[in-house]
Amino acid sequence: MCLQDMKLKELEGCLQQVDVFESPKLLLEQYPTRPHIAACMLYTIHNTFGDIEDKVIADLGCGCGVLSIGAAMLGAGFCIGFDIDEDALDTFRTNSEEFELSNIDLVQCDICSMAPTNLEKSVDTVIMNPPFGTKHNKGMDMKFLKTALQMARTSVYSLHKTSTREHVQKKAADWKVKMEVIAELRYDLPATYKFHKKKSVDIEVDFIRFSFD
Amino acid sequence: MKLLTHNMLRSHVSGVTRGFPLIIRADEVKLNSVDFNREFVARMIPKLEWEALVQSAESVSITYLGHGSDLPRELASGYENDEEFLKKVHHVLLEVEVMEGALQCPESGTEFPINRGIPNMLINEEES
Repeated sequence: MCLQDMKLKELEGCLQQVDVFESPKLLLEQYPTRPHIAACMLYTIHNTFGDIEDKVIADLGCGCGVLSIGAAMLGAGFCIGFDIDEDALDTFRTNSEEFELSNIDLVQCDICSMAPTNLEKSVDTVIMNPPFGTKHNKGMDMKFLKTALQMARTSVYSLHKTSTREHVQKKAADWKVKMEVIAELRYDLPATYKFHKKKSVDIEVDFIRFSFD
Repeated sequence: MKLLTHNMLRSHVSGVTRGFPLIIRADEVKLNSVDFNREFVARMIPKLEWEALVQSAESVSITYLGHGSDLPRELASGYENDEEFLKKVHHVLLEVEVMEGALQCPESGTEFPINRGIPNMLINEEES
């Protein structure tokens, strides 16, 4: 079977094999993108918009790499994962080796301190699940988005809390990019950290496509 | 770090204007086999900083071949139909991987280490 024609269920099944953070770091808002959500995102990006196959894709705040690995499986030309955390990148590397994906590269860097011209228009598509910018990281999601929009030639796919939609819309208008909410998702945030009292919390998240056309 | 990635990276040390191309010091180079995707390579070429790619291929080839690479200094017209050429570019872009070494900012001289194939572009505040 050709990987590009993979069914959603099969993709999700594969992504369940991706290892996640061994000991998540609170300051970096590290929690994995659930395989179900990652598969839905990638499937839509591939089938509806054709923004994966043969494209150069960047994954900002890639963590252990579930989005990049999925994109590579769907026929991306090349994927680059960027993350500040060495431990996450190590897990990512192990994952890509286990899946025998050879068109993936990793870079350790701080997305928030990158100069605006760095990596300008260097990739086709950015696919990311940025930190939501809550707790200690206020505004982090928008810093990621700004960098992503500078890097991408065609489009940026990202997840943002539905409660911040108006703010994101305002920013998108300021930056003169087209914004389309593709889906509203229920993001099941597992109780990764000690301060989470409940077992898991559902938050509402927008899956958004930003483009320049 | 593959040379395609190198072709995109810039130094972002403050005060640096272009910070490109980063100088490669390759201590250990690994060769991977990656499926040849003709359309992808042909489409990539016009988006590359060609001169920087030739330079990076040279500096890495010396480590693993003992001599320079054989990429032409300038792109010949009609390259998109030259299968042999496209395969060469494919090899340089995706199959050659710098595992250990460093990247050096051409302006400030700041070094960014490459360990286990991952360049670390974080700037150490104490140094800068």
